[in-house]
Amino acid sequence: MRADLELIYDWVPQGAHVLDLACGDGALLERLAQEKSVTGYGLEIDPDGITQCVARGVNVIEHNLDDGLGSFCDNSYDQVIMTQALQALRRPDKMLDEMLRVAEEGIITFPNFAYWRHRIHLGLRGYMPVSKSLPHAWYDTPNIHLSTFNDFEHLCREKGLVIVDRAVGVGDHKGHWTSKWWPNLFGEIAIFRVRRR
Amino acid sequence: MPDSDTLAFADRPTDSVGLVTPHVAKFDTPLPLACGKVLPEYELIYETYGTLNAARSNAVLICHALSGHHHAAGYHGAEDRKPGWWDAHIGPGKSIDTNRFFVVSLNNLGGCHGSTGPVSHNPETGRQWGPDFPMVTVSDWVASQARLADRLGIERWAAAVGGSLGGMQVLQWTMTYPERVANAVVIAATPRLSAQNIAFNEVARQAIRSDPEFFDGWYAEHDTVPKRGLKLARMVGHITYLSEDAMGSKFGRDLRSNDLNFGFDVEFQVESYLRYQGDTFSTAFDANTYLLMTKALDYFDPAATQAGDLANALAPAQCPFLVVSFTTDWRFPPSRSRELVDALTRAGKPVSYANIDSPHGHDAFLLPEPRYHALFSAFMSRVARELNIVETAGEERV
Repeated sequence: MRADLELIYDWVPQGAHVLDLACGDGALLERLAQEKSVTGYGLEIDPDGITQCVARGVNVIEHNLDDGLGSFCDNSYDQVIMTQALQALRRPDKMLDEMLRVAEEGIITFPNFAYWRHRIHLGLRGYMPVSKSLPHAWYDTPNIHLSTFNDFEHLCREKGLVIVDRAVGVGDHKGHWTSKWWPNLFGEIAIFRVRRR
Repeated sequence: MPDSDTLAFADRPTDSVGLVTPHVAKFDTPLPLACGKVLPEYELIYETYGTLNAARSNAVLICHALSGHHHAAGYHGAEDRKPGWWDAHIGPGKSIDTNRFFVVSLNNLGGCHGSTGPVSHNPETGRQWGPDFPMVTVSDWVASQARLADRLGIERWAAAVGGSLGGMQVLQWTMTYPERVANAVVIAATPRLSAQNIAFNEVARQAIRSDPEFFDGWYAEHDTVPKRGLKLARMVGHITYLSEDAMGSKFGRDLRSNDLNFGFDVEFQVESYLRYQGDTFSTAFDANTYLLMTKALDYFDPAATQAGDLANALAPAQCPFLVVSFTTDWRFPPSRSRELVDALTRAGKPVSYANIDSPHGHDAFLLPEPRYHALFSAFMSRVARELNIVETAGEERV
Protein backbone atom coordinates (compact mmCIF):
# COMPACT_ATOMS: atom_id res chain seq x y z
CA MET A 1 0.00 0.00 0.00
CA ARG A 2 1.08 3.58 -0.67
CA ALA A 3 3.10 5.23 2.13
CA ASP A 4 0.39 7.76 3.00
CA LEU A 5 -2.22 5.00 3.10
CA GLU A 6 -0.07 2.98 5.52
CA LEU A 7 -0.02 5.95 7.88
CA ILE A 8 -3.75 6.56 7.58
CA TYR A 9 -4.44 2.91 8.29
CA ASP A 10 -3.23 3.40 11.87
CA TRP A 11 -5.48 6.41 12.37
CA VAL A 12 -8.74 4.63 11.51
CA PRO A 13 -10.32 3.05 14.59
CA GLN A 14 -11.60 -0.50 14.75
CA GLY A 15 -15.12 -0.87 13.34
CA ALA A 16 -15.36 2.72 12.11
CA HIS A 17 -17.90 3.78 9.50
CA VAL A 18 -15.94 5.73 6.91
CA LEU A 19 -16.35 7.56 3.64
CA ASP A 20 -13.24 7.40 1.47
CA LEU A 21 -13.27 10.23 -1.06
CA ALA A 22 -11.33 9.45 -4.23
CA CYS A 23 -10.78 5.90 -3.03
CA GLY A 24 -8.90 4.82 -6.17
CA ASP A 25 -8.71 1.05 -6.52
CA GLY A 26 -10.14 0.51 -3.03
CA ALA A 27 -6.93 -0.96 -1.52
CA LEU A 28 -7.25 1.02 1.72
CA LEU A 29 -10.94 0.25 2.27
CA GLU A 30 -10.41 -3.43 1.50
CA ARG A 31 -7.68 -3.73 4.12
CA LEU A 32 -9.60 -1.69 6.65
CA ALA A 33 -12.64 -3.93 6.14
CA GLN A 34 -10.64 -7.13 6.43
CA GLU A 35 -8.40 -6.21 9.36
CA LYS A 36 -10.39 -3.60 11.27
CA SER A 37 -14.01 -4.46 10.40
CA VAL A 38 -14.41 -0.99 8.96
CA THR A 39 -17.60 -0.33 6.95
CA GLY A 40 -18.50 2.43 4.54
CA TYR A 41 -18.17 3.54 0.96
CA GLY A 42 -15.55 4.76 -1.42
CA LEU A 43 -16.32 7.55 -3.86
CA GLU A 44 -14.45 7.49 -7.13
CA ILE A 45 -14.73 8.96 -10.59
CA ASP A 46 -12.21 6.85 -12.52
CA PRO A 47 -13.90 3.93 -14.36
CA ASP A 48 -10.98 1.54 -13.88
CA GLY A 49 -10.76 2.38 -10.19
CA ILE A 50 -14.47 1.67 -9.82
CA THR A 51 -14.20 -1.70 -11.55
CA GLN A 52 -11.22 -2.64 -9.36
CA CYS A 53 -13.16 -1.71 -6.24
CA VAL A 54 -16.12 -3.82 -7.36
CA ALA A 55 -13.80 -6.75 -8.06
CA ARG A 56 -12.35 -6.43 -4.54
CA GLY A 57 -15.78 -6.26 -2.97
CA VAL A 58 -15.30 -2.67 -1.87
CA ASN A 59 -18.50 -0.59 -1.95
CA VAL A 60 -17.78 2.16 -4.42
CA ILE A 61 -20.02 4.92 -5.71
CA GLU A 62 -19.26 6.85 -8.86
CA HIS A 63 -19.23 10.45 -7.76
CA ASN A 64 -17.59 13.70 -8.79
CA LEU A 65 -16.32 15.34 -5.61
CA ASP A 66 -16.75 18.78 -7.15
CA ASP A 67 -20.49 18.12 -6.81
CA GLY A 68 -20.08 18.16 -3.02
CA LEU A 69 -21.35 15.61 -0.52
CA GLY A 70 -24.95 16.81 -0.49
CA SER A 71 -26.37 13.30 -0.64
CA PHE A 72 -24.66 12.32 2.62
CA CYS A 73 -26.30 13.28 5.91
CA ASP A 74 -24.67 15.28 8.73
CA ASN A 75 -22.62 13.17 11.13
CA SER A 76 -23.40 9.96 9.27
CA TYR A 77 -19.79 8.71 9.32
CA ASP A 78 -17.08 8.36 11.93
CA GLN A 79 -14.37 9.51 9.57
CA VAL A 80 -14.07 10.93 6.10
CA ILE A 81 -10.81 10.20 4.31
CA MET A 82 -9.52 11.99 1.26
CA THR A 83 -6.14 11.01 -0.11
CA GLN A 84 -4.41 12.89 -2.90
CA ALA A 85 -7.52 14.62 -4.19
CA LEU A 86 -7.68 17.95 -2.37
CA GLN A 87 -5.40 19.58 -4.92
CA ALA A 88 -7.62 18.51 -7.84
CA LEU A 89 -10.85 19.97 -6.47
CA ARG A 90 -12.44 23.20 -7.59
CA ARG A 91 -12.94 24.41 -4.01
CA PRO A 92 -10.81 22.47 -1.52
CA ASP A 93 -11.92 24.75 1.32
CA LYS A 94 -15.59 23.97 0.73
CA MET A 95 -14.84 20.26 0.55
CA LEU A 96 -13.16 20.50 3.93
CA ASP A 97 -16.38 22.02 5.32
CA GLU A 98 -18.39 19.23 3.73
CA MET A 99 -16.11 16.52 5.09
CA LEU A 100 -16.45 17.82 8.62
CA ARG A 101 -20.19 18.14 8.24
CA VAL A 102 -20.53 14.46 7.31
CA ALA A 103 -18.11 13.27 9.99
CA GLU A 104 -16.50 14.71 13.08
CA GLU A 105 -13.06 13.73 11.90
CA GLY A 106 -11.31 13.96 8.57
CA ILE A 107 -8.05 12.59 7.24
CA ILE A 108 -6.53 14.43 4.33
CA THR A 109 -3.37 13.86 2.32
CA PHE A 110 -2.03 15.95 -0.53
CA PRO A 111 1.31 16.65 -2.24
CA ASN A 112 3.26 19.33 -0.40
CA PHE A 113 4.23 21.96 -2.95
CA ALA A 114 6.89 23.33 -0.59
CA TYR A 115 8.81 20.02 -0.61
CA TRP A 116 12.49 20.80 -1.10
CA ARG A 117 12.72 19.07 -4.47
CA HIS A 118 9.75 21.10 -5.70
CA ARG A 119 11.42 24.25 -4.41
CA ILE A 120 14.56 23.43 -6.38
CA HIS A 121 12.52 22.80 -9.50
CA LEU A 122 10.79 26.11 -9.29
CA GLY A 123 13.19 28.28 -7.29
CA LEU A 124 16.49 27.34 -8.85
CA ARG A 125 15.63 25.84 -12.19
CA GLY A 126 12.55 27.90 -12.93
CA TYR A 127 10.38 24.98 -13.96
CA MET A 128 7.09 23.78 -12.49
CA PRO A 129 7.95 20.75 -10.37
CA VAL A 130 7.44 17.26 -11.72
CA SER A 131 8.00 14.48 -9.21
CA LYS A 132 6.59 11.24 -7.93
CA SER A 133 3.92 13.09 -5.97
CA LEU A 134 3.29 15.61 -8.76
CA PRO A 135 3.77 13.47 -11.84
CA HIS A 136 1.99 15.64 -14.42
CA ALA A 137 3.27 18.36 -16.71
CA TRP A 138 1.87 21.83 -16.01
CA TYR A 139 -0.44 21.71 -19.04
CA ASP A 140 -2.20 18.42 -18.38
CA THR A 141 -2.24 18.26 -14.61
CA PRO A 142 -5.51 17.61 -12.76
CA ASN A 143 -4.00 19.51 -9.83
CA ILE A 144 -5.45 22.99 -9.87
CA HIS A 145 -5.02 24.01 -6.23
CA LEU A 146 -1.54 23.16 -5.11
CA SER A 147 -0.73 24.05 -1.55
CA THR A 148 1.89 23.51 1.11
CA PHE A 149 1.98 21.98 4.56
CA ASN A 150 1.86 25.50 5.98
CA ASP A 151 -1.00 26.61 3.73
CA PHE A 152 -3.19 23.77 4.92
CA GLU A 153 -2.43 24.44 8.58
CA HIS A 154 -3.33 28.05 7.96
CA LEU A 155 -6.66 27.05 6.39
CA CYS A 156 -7.44 24.76 9.33
CA ARG A 157 -6.70 27.57 11.77
CA GLU A 158 -8.97 29.92 9.82
CA LYS A 159 -11.77 27.38 9.95
CA GLY A 160 -11.20 26.77 13.64
CA LEU A 161 -10.39 23.10 13.09
CA VAL A 162 -8.28 21.10 15.51
CA ILE A 163 -5.29 19.36 13.97
CA VAL A 164 -5.25 16.08 15.88
CA ASP A 165 -2.31 14.56 14.05
CA ARG A 166 -0.02 15.38 11.21
CA ALA A 167 2.55 13.34 9.43
CA VAL A 168 4.53 13.37 6.27
CA GLY A 169 5.24 10.83 3.62
CA VAL A 170 8.57 10.93 1.85
CA GLY A 171 9.02 8.67 -1.13
CA ASP A 172 8.15 5.11 -0.16
CA HIS A 173 9.06 5.64 3.48
CA LYS A 174 6.60 6.42 6.22
CA GLY A 175 8.55 9.39 7.39
CA HIS A 176 12.00 10.82 7.84
CA TRP A 177 13.60 12.53 10.82
CA THR A 178 14.11 15.78 8.97
CA SER A 179 10.47 15.92 7.94
CA LYS A 180 9.37 15.73 11.56
CA TRP A 181 11.11 18.96 12.27
CA TRP A 182 10.66 20.76 8.97
CA PRO A 183 7.63 19.11 7.41
CA ASN A 184 7.01 22.04 5.07
CA LEU A 185 10.47 21.57 3.60
CA PHE A 186 11.06 17.86 3.84
CA GLY A 187 7.56 16.38 3.59
CA GLU A 188 6.67 15.21 0.09
CA ILE A 189 3.14 14.18 1.09
CA ALA A 190 1.27 16.13 3.76
CA ILE A 191 -0.98 14.03 5.98
CA PHE A 192 -3.43 15.61 8.39
CA ARG A 193 -6.03 14.39 10.83
CA VAL A 194 -8.44 17.19 11.70
CA ARG A 195 -11.53 17.54 13.87
CA ARG A 196 -14.27 20.05 14.45
CA ARG A 197 -13.69 22.04 17.60
CA MET B 1 -35.02 -3.76 -28.12
CA PRO B 2 -31.97 -2.53 -29.99
CA ASP B 3 -31.55 -3.26 -33.61
CA SER B 4 -28.66 -5.64 -33.05
CA ASP B 5 -27.01 -7.36 -35.93
CA THR B 6 -28.64 -10.57 -36.94
CA LEU B 7 -26.58 -13.69 -37.04
CA ALA B 8 -26.95 -16.76 -39.11
CA PHE B 9 -27.13 -19.69 -36.73
CA ALA B 10 -24.19 -21.41 -38.37
CA ASP B 11 -22.06 -18.35 -37.63
CA ARG B 12 -23.16 -18.06 -34.03
CA PRO B 13 -20.31 -17.25 -31.70
CA THR B 14 -18.73 -19.86 -29.46
CA ASP B 15 -19.72 -17.93 -26.35
CA SER B 16 -23.41 -18.58 -27.00
CA VAL B 17 -25.44 -20.85 -24.75
CA GLY B 18 -26.53 -22.47 -28.02
CA LEU B 19 -29.91 -24.09 -28.59
CA VAL B 20 -32.37 -23.72 -25.74
CA THR B 21 -35.87 -25.01 -25.08
CA PRO B 22 -38.36 -23.23 -22.85
CA HIS B 23 -40.07 -25.07 -19.98
CA VAL B 24 -43.51 -24.49 -18.52
CA ALA B 25 -44.28 -24.66 -14.81
CA LYS B 26 -47.94 -25.02 -13.84
CA PHE B 27 -49.14 -23.74 -10.46
CA ASP B 28 -52.45 -24.79 -8.93
CA THR B 29 -52.14 -22.86 -5.68
CA PRO B 30 -54.12 -19.62 -6.05
CA LEU B 31 -51.99 -16.48 -6.12
CA PRO B 32 -53.40 -13.49 -4.25
CA LEU B 33 -52.60 -10.28 -6.10
CA ALA B 34 -51.97 -6.75 -4.89
CA CYS B 35 -55.14 -5.56 -6.64
CA GLY B 36 -57.22 -7.75 -4.34
CA LYS B 37 -58.08 -10.39 -6.91
CA VAL B 38 -56.81 -13.95 -6.86
CA LEU B 39 -55.35 -15.83 -9.79
CA PRO B 40 -56.72 -19.36 -9.24
CA GLU B 41 -54.04 -21.11 -11.30
CA TYR B 42 -51.34 -20.06 -13.68
CA GLU B 43 -48.39 -21.10 -15.78
CA LEU B 44 -44.95 -19.58 -16.08
CA ILE B 45 -42.74 -20.17 -19.08
CA TYR B 46 -39.03 -20.05 -18.40
CA GLU B 47 -35.62 -20.95 -19.77
CA THR B 48 -32.47 -22.02 -18.00
CA TYR B 49 -28.85 -21.84 -19.07
CA GLY B 50 -25.90 -23.52 -17.37
CA THR B 51 -26.05 -26.19 -14.68
CA LEU B 52 -27.44 -25.99 -11.16
CA ASN B 53 -24.67 -27.15 -8.83
CA ALA B 54 -25.13 -29.75 -6.10
CA ALA B 55 -25.31 -27.10 -3.39
CA ARG B 56 -27.94 -25.21 -5.46
CA SER B 57 -25.98 -22.07 -4.73
CA ASN B 58 -25.23 -20.84 -8.26
CA ALA B 59 -28.67 -19.81 -9.52
CA VAL B 60 -29.10 -16.37 -11.07
CA LEU B 61 -32.53 -14.91 -11.73
CA ILE B 62 -32.95 -12.70 -14.78
CA CYS B 63 -35.91 -10.33 -14.62
CA HIS B 64 -37.08 -8.93 -17.93
CA ALA B 65 -38.07 -5.43 -18.96
CA LEU B 66 -41.36 -4.20 -20.40
CA SER B 67 -41.40 -6.00 -23.73
CA GLY B 68 -38.93 -8.75 -22.88
CA HIS B 69 -39.68 -12.34 -21.97
CA HIS B 70 -38.14 -15.64 -20.97
CA HIS B 71 -35.88 -16.00 -24.00
CA ALA B 72 -32.83 -14.15 -22.70
CA ALA B 73 -29.98 -16.03 -24.37
CA GLY B 74 -29.19 -18.55 -27.07
CA TYR B 75 -31.38 -19.68 -29.94
CA HIS B 76 -34.62 -21.63 -30.20
CA GLY B 77 -33.80 -23.13 -33.55
CA ALA B 78 -31.26 -23.30 -36.31
CA GLU B 79 -33.34 -20.85 -38.33
CA ASP B 80 -33.29 -18.17 -35.60
CA ARG B 81 -31.78 -14.94 -36.84
CA LYS B 82 -31.48 -13.28 -33.45
CA PRO B 83 -30.48 -14.70 -30.09
CA GLY B 84 -32.32 -13.98 -26.80
CA TRP B 85 -32.69 -10.38 -25.65
CA TRP B 86 -29.77 -10.38 -23.24
CA ASP B 87 -27.42 -12.66 -25.12
CA ALA B 88 -24.68 -10.01 -24.86
CA HIS B 89 -24.40 -10.75 -21.14
CA ILE B 90 -25.34 -14.39 -20.68
CA GLY B 91 -23.12 -17.21 -21.93
CA PRO B 92 -19.80 -18.96 -21.39
CA GLY B 93 -17.22 -16.34 -20.39
CA LYS B 94 -19.75 -13.47 -20.50
CA SER B 95 -20.70 -11.22 -17.57
CA ILE B 96 -23.14 -13.84 -16.34
CA ASP B 97 -20.89 -16.78 -17.04
CA THR B 98 -22.90 -19.93 -17.69
CA ASN B 99 -19.81 -21.99 -16.90
CA ARG B 100 -20.37 -20.89 -13.31
CA PHE B 101 -23.97 -19.87 -12.98
CA PHE B 102 -27.31 -21.54 -13.52
CA VAL B 103 -29.44 -18.86 -15.11
CA VAL B 104 -33.23 -18.76 -14.86
CA SER B 105 -35.22 -16.34 -17.00
CA LEU B 106 -38.99 -16.26 -17.16
CA ASN B 107 -41.88 -14.49 -18.80
CA ASN B 108 -43.87 -12.58 -16.19
CA LEU B 109 -47.50 -13.14 -15.38
CA GLY B 110 -49.68 -11.07 -17.67
CA GLY B 111 -47.15 -11.56 -20.45
CA CYS B 112 -47.95 -12.74 -23.93
CA HIS B 113 -45.12 -15.13 -24.63
CA GLY B 114 -46.26 -18.25 -22.83
CA SER B 115 -46.92 -17.32 -19.21
CA THR B 116 -50.52 -16.93 -18.14
CA GLY B 117 -51.79 -13.56 -19.31
CA PRO B 118 -54.60 -11.83 -21.21
CA VAL B 119 -54.20 -14.19 -24.18
CA SER B 120 -54.66 -17.28 -21.96
CA HIS B 121 -58.01 -18.77 -21.10
CA ASN B 122 -59.84 -17.88 -17.91
CA PRO B 123 -60.64 -21.26 -16.30
CA GLU B 124 -63.83 -19.84 -14.79
CA THR B 125 -65.38 -18.60 -18.00
CA GLY B 126 -63.62 -20.64 -20.63
CA ARG B 127 -63.15 -17.36 -22.52
CA GLN B 128 -59.84 -15.69 -23.18
CA TRP B 129 -58.94 -13.50 -20.23
CA GLY B 130 -58.56 -10.42 -22.43
CA PRO B 131 -59.16 -7.21 -20.46
CA ASP B 132 -60.48 -9.25 -17.51
CA PHE B 133 -56.99 -10.40 -16.67
CA PRO B 134 -56.30 -8.92 -13.24
CA MET B 135 -53.86 -6.05 -12.87
CA VAL B 136 -50.48 -7.46 -11.83
CA THR B 137 -47.78 -5.54 -10.03
CA VAL B 138 -44.05 -5.93 -9.55
CA SER B 139 -44.63 -7.51 -6.14
CA ASP B 140 -47.05 -10.03 -7.69
CA TRP B 141 -44.39 -10.99 -10.19
CA VAL B 142 -41.86 -11.45 -7.46
CA ALA B 143 -44.28 -13.64 -5.48
CA SER B 144 -44.82 -15.82 -8.56
CA GLN B 145 -41.08 -15.96 -9.23
CA ALA B 146 -40.51 -17.13 -5.65
CA ARG B 147 -42.85 -20.03 -6.30
CA LEU B 148 -40.91 -20.89 -9.43
CA ALA B 149 -37.72 -20.82 -7.37
CA ASP B 150 -39.34 -23.24 -4.88
CA ARG B 151 -40.29 -25.49 -7.76
CA LEU B 152 -36.70 -25.50 -9.04
CA GLY B 153 -35.33 -26.17 -5.57
CA ILE B 154 -33.60 -22.80 -5.37
CA GLU B 155 -33.68 -21.45 -1.85
CA ARG B 156 -31.55 -18.40 -2.51
CA TRP B 157 -30.47 -16.68 -5.71
CA ALA B 158 -26.72 -16.10 -5.99
CA ALA B 159 -27.88 -12.94 -7.73
CA ALA B 160 -31.12 -11.42 -8.91
CA VAL B 161 -30.42 -9.34 -11.99
CA GLY B 162 -32.54 -7.03 -14.09
CA GLY B 163 -32.60 -3.94 -16.26
CA SER B 164 -35.31 -1.28 -16.41
CA LEU B 165 -38.59 -2.86 -15.22
CA GLY B 166 -36.46 -5.92 -14.46
CA GLY B 167 -34.39 -3.82 -12.06
CA MET B 168 -37.56 -2.93 -10.18
CA GLN B 169 -38.32 -6.62 -9.72
CA VAL B 170 -34.84 -7.14 -8.33
CA LEU B 171 -35.42 -4.31 -5.83
CA GLN B 172 -38.72 -5.86 -4.83
CA TRP B 173 -37.01 -9.21 -4.26
CA THR B 174 -34.56 -7.64 -1.82
CA MET B 175 -37.43 -6.17 0.18
CA THR B 176 -39.93 -9.05 0.06
CA TYR B 177 -37.54 -11.99 0.28
CA PRO B 178 -34.28 -10.52 1.62
CA GLU B 179 -33.02 -13.91 2.79
CA ARG B 180 -33.48 -15.36 -0.68
CA VAL B 181 -31.23 -12.90 -2.55
CA ALA B 182 -27.46 -13.07 -2.03
CA ASN B 183 -26.74 -10.21 -4.47
CA ALA B 184 -28.76 -7.71 -6.44
CA VAL B 185 -27.95 -6.08 -9.77
CA VAL B 186 -30.21 -3.17 -10.70
CA ILE B 187 -29.49 -1.68 -14.12
CA ALA B 188 -30.98 1.40 -15.81
CA ALA B 189 -33.89 1.38 -13.39
CA THR B 190 -35.62 3.72 -10.97
CA PRO B 191 -37.21 3.34 -7.54
CA ARG B 192 -40.33 4.97 -8.99
CA LEU B 193 -41.48 6.54 -12.22
CA SER B 194 -41.46 10.29 -12.68
CA ALA B 195 -44.55 12.16 -13.83
CA GLN B 196 -42.91 12.36 -17.27
CA ASN B 197 -42.42 8.57 -17.36
CA ILE B 198 -46.06 8.02 -16.43
CA ALA B 199 -47.09 10.56 -19.05
CA PHE B 200 -45.27 8.64 -21.79
CA ASN B 201 -46.91 5.42 -20.60
CA GLU B 202 -50.31 7.09 -20.69
CA VAL B 203 -49.78 8.27 -24.26
CA ALA B 204 -48.90 4.69 -25.18
CA ARG B 205 -52.00 3.34 -23.44
CA GLN B 206 -54.27 5.92 -25.01
CA ALA B 207 -52.88 5.08 -28.43
CA ILE B 208 -53.93 1.46 -27.85
CA ARG B 209 -57.24 2.15 -26.16
CA SER B 210 -58.38 4.61 -28.81
CA ASP B 211 -57.71 2.23 -31.68
CA PRO B 212 -61.14 1.42 -33.18
CA GLU B 213 -60.13 -2.21 -33.24
CA PHE B 214 -59.43 -2.33 -29.50
CA PHE B 215 -63.07 -3.10 -28.55
CA ASP B 216 -62.41 -2.39 -24.85
CA GLY B 217 -59.80 -5.11 -24.88
CA TRP B 218 -62.05 -7.79 -26.46
CA TYR B 219 -60.34 -7.51 -29.83
CA ALA B 220 -59.62 -11.24 -29.98
CA GLU B 221 -63.33 -12.00 -29.80
CA HIS B 222 -63.83 -9.59 -32.68
CA ASP B 223 -61.12 -11.39 -34.55
CA THR B 224 -58.99 -8.32 -34.85
CA VAL B 225 -55.89 -6.69 -33.34
CA PRO B 226 -55.47 -2.99 -32.40
CA LYS B 227 -52.36 -2.83 -34.52
CA ARG B 228 -52.37 0.89 -35.15
CA GLY B 229 -52.55 1.65 -31.43
CA LEU B 230 -49.82 -0.81 -30.55
CA LYS B 231 -47.65 0.56 -33.30
CA LEU B 232 -48.02 4.13 -32.02
CA ALA B 233 -47.41 2.99 -28.45
CA ARG B 234 -44.20 1.30 -29.48
CA MET B 235 -43.06 4.27 -31.53
CA VAL B 236 -43.44 6.55 -28.51
CA GLY B 237 -41.68 4.01 -26.31
CA HIS B 238 -38.89 3.52 -28.79
CA ILE B 239 -38.12 7.23 -28.91
CA THR B 240 -37.64 7.20 -25.15
CA TYR B 241 -35.36 4.16 -25.28
CA LEU B 242 -32.85 5.82 -27.61
CA SER B 243 -30.83 8.93 -26.96
CA GLU B 244 -30.88 11.99 -29.18
CA ASP B 245 -27.28 11.20 -30.09
CA ALA B 246 -28.02 7.58 -30.93
CA MET B 247 -30.87 8.63 -33.18
CA GLY B 248 -28.83 11.41 -34.71
CA SER B 249 -25.87 9.20 -35.51
CA LYS B 250 -28.08 6.40 -36.80
CA PHE B 251 -30.34 8.49 -39.03
CA GLY B 252 -29.48 12.16 -38.79
CA ARG B 253 -31.91 14.04 -41.00
CA ASP B 254 -31.28 11.64 -43.87
CA LEU B 255 -34.02 11.47 -46.44
CA ARG B 256 -35.20 8.28 -48.08
CA SER B 257 -35.01 9.97 -51.47
CA ASN B 258 -33.32 13.17 -52.44
CA ASP B 259 -36.44 15.27 -52.82
CA LEU B 260 -38.90 16.65 -50.32
CA ASN B 261 -42.45 15.53 -51.12
CA PHE B 262 -44.27 18.09 -49.00
CA GLY B 263 -46.58 15.35 -47.77
CA PHE B 264 -47.02 13.01 -44.85
CA ASP B 265 -45.55 9.87 -46.27
CA VAL B 266 -42.26 8.59 -44.96
CA GLU B 267 -39.54 11.02 -45.99
CA PHE B 268 -36.94 10.85 -43.27
CA GLN B 269 -35.08 7.65 -42.47
CA VAL B 270 -35.98 7.95 -38.81
CA GLU B 271 -39.69 7.90 -39.70
CA SER B 272 -39.19 4.76 -41.69
CA TYR B 273 -37.29 3.15 -38.82
CA LEU B 274 -39.92 3.98 -36.22
CA ARG B 275 -42.73 2.74 -38.43
CA TYR B 276 -40.88 -0.48 -39.05
CA GLN B 277 -40.23 -1.01 -35.31
CA GLY B 278 -43.86 -0.22 -34.57
CA ASP B 279 -45.17 -2.56 -37.23
CA THR B 280 -42.99 -5.45 -36.11
CA PHE B 281 -44.02 -4.96 -32.51
CA SER B 282 -47.73 -4.67 -33.26
CA THR B 283 -47.83 -8.16 -34.72
CA ALA B 284 -45.70 -9.74 -31.98
CA PHE B 285 -47.05 -8.23 -28.77
CA ASP B 286 -50.43 -8.29 -27.10
CA ALA B 287 -52.17 -4.97 -26.48
CA ASN B 288 -53.70 -5.94 -23.14
CA THR B 289 -50.28 -7.10 -21.94
CA TYR B 290 -48.77 -3.77 -22.94
CA LEU B 291 -51.43 -1.96 -20.92
CA LEU B 292 -50.81 -4.19 -17.89
CA MET B 293 -47.03 -3.93 -18.00
CA THR B 294 -47.00 -0.14 -18.32
CA LYS B 295 -49.39 0.07 -15.36
CA ALA B 296 -47.11 -2.20 -13.33
CA LEU B 297 -44.32 0.27 -14.10
CA ASP B 298 -46.45 3.23 -13.00
CA TYR B 299 -47.54 1.59 -9.76
CA PHE B 300 -44.06 0.59 -8.58
CA ASP B 301 -43.14 2.82 -5.66
CA PRO B 302 -41.81 0.94 -2.64
CA ALA B 303 -41.31 4.19 -0.71
CA ALA B 304 -45.04 4.96 -0.88
CA THR B 305 -45.79 2.70 2.08
CA GLN B 306 -43.06 4.45 4.11
CA ALA B 307 -44.25 8.03 3.75
CA GLY B 308 -41.94 8.46 0.78
CA ASP B 309 -38.84 7.31 2.65
CA LEU B 310 -37.07 4.92 0.29
CA ALA B 311 -34.29 4.17 2.79
CA ASN B 312 -36.93 2.87 5.22
CA ALA B 313 -38.51 0.79 2.49
CA LEU B 314 -35.14 -0.76 1.69
CA ALA B 315 -34.36 -1.49 5.34
CA PRO B 316 -35.19 -5.22 5.07
CA ALA B 317 -32.67 -5.76 2.25
CA GLN B 318 -29.65 -7.81 3.28
CA CYS B 319 -27.52 -8.21 0.17
CA PRO B 320 -24.86 -6.22 -1.64
CA PHE B 321 -26.19 -4.18 -4.55
CA LEU B 322 -24.69 -3.19 -7.87
CA VAL B 323 -26.52 -0.23 -9.40
CA VAL B 324 -25.68 0.83 -12.96
CA SER B 325 -26.95 3.73 -15.05
CA PHE B 326 -26.04 5.11 -18.46
CA THR B 327 -25.12 8.72 -19.16
CA THR B 328 -27.51 9.22 -22.10
CA ASP B 329 -30.46 7.31 -20.65
CA TRP B 330 -33.27 9.84 -20.41
CA ARG B 331 -36.01 7.28 -19.80
CA PHE B 332 -34.54 6.45 -16.38
CA PRO B 333 -31.66 8.92 -16.15
CA PRO B 334 -28.62 8.49 -13.89
CA SER B 335 -30.19 10.82 -11.31
CA ARG B 336 -32.91 8.21 -10.69
CA SER B 337 -30.33 5.49 -10.07
CA ARG B 338 -28.51 7.90 -7.81
CA GLU B 339 -31.71 8.37 -5.83
CA LEU B 340 -31.73 4.65 -5.20
CA VAL B 341 -28.04 4.61 -4.31
CA ASP B 342 -28.49 7.46 -1.84
CA ALA B 343 -31.37 5.62 -0.17
CA LEU B 344 -29.24 2.47 0.05
CA THR B 345 -26.30 4.33 1.61
CA ARG B 346 -28.64 6.07 4.05
CA ALA B 347 -29.96 2.64 4.97
CA GLY B 348 -26.36 1.47 5.42
CA LYS B 349 -26.61 -1.23 2.74
CA PRO B 350 -23.58 -2.41 0.79
CA VAL B 351 -23.87 -0.80 -2.63
CA SER B 352 -21.68 0.00 -5.59
CA TYR B 353 -22.76 2.37 -8.32
CA ALA B 354 -21.38 3.23 -11.73
CA ASN B 355 -22.66 5.60 -14.39
CA ILE B 356 -21.50 4.15 -17.70
CA ASP B 357 -20.63 6.56 -20.48
CA SER B 358 -22.66 5.36 -23.45
CA PRO B 359 -24.27 7.05 -26.45
CA HIS B 360 -27.09 4.49 -26.65
CA GLY B 361 -29.66 5.84 -24.20
CA HIS B 362 -31.84 3.47 -22.17
CA ASP B 363 -31.19 0.60 -24.58
CA ALA B 364 -27.53 0.62 -23.53
CA PHE B 365 -28.34 -1.88 -20.79
CA LEU B 366 -28.83 -4.52 -23.48
CA LEU B 367 -25.56 -3.80 -25.27
CA PRO B 368 -21.99 -5.01 -24.68
CA GLU B 369 -20.26 -1.72 -23.78
CA PRO B 370 -16.66 -2.58 -22.74
CA ARG B 371 -16.78 -0.70 -19.42
CA TYR B 372 -20.23 -2.07 -18.58
CA HIS B 373 -19.01 -5.57 -19.38
CA ALA B 374 -15.87 -5.19 -17.25
CA LEU B 375 -17.84 -3.89 -14.28
CA PHE B 376 -20.64 -6.42 -14.51
CA SER B 377 -18.12 -9.26 -14.92
CA ALA B 378 -16.10 -8.03 -11.94
CA PHE B 379 -19.22 -8.02 -9.78
CA MET B 380 -20.39 -11.46 -10.92
CA SER B 381 -16.88 -12.92 -10.46
CA ARG B 382 -16.94 -11.66 -6.91
CA VAL B 383 -20.37 -13.23 -6.39
CA ALA B 384 -18.93 -16.55 -7.58
CA ARG B 385 -15.86 -16.18 -5.38
CA GLU B 386 -17.75 -15.28 -2.23
CA LEU B 387 -20.28 -18.09 -2.68
CA ASN B 388 -17.53 -20.58 -3.57
CA ILE B 389 -19.05 -21.23 -6.96
CA VAL B 390 -16.60 -23.09 -9.15
CA GLU B 391 -16.76 -23.52 -12.89
CA THR B 392 -19.06 -26.39 -13.74
CA ALA B 393 -18.33 -26.48 -17.43
CA GLY B 394 -14.92 -24.88 -17.64
CA GLU B 395 -13.39 -27.69 -19.61
CA GLU B 396 -15.87 -27.10 -22.42
CA ARG B 397 -14.71 -23.57 -22.93
CA VAL B 398 -12.87 -22.82 -26.12
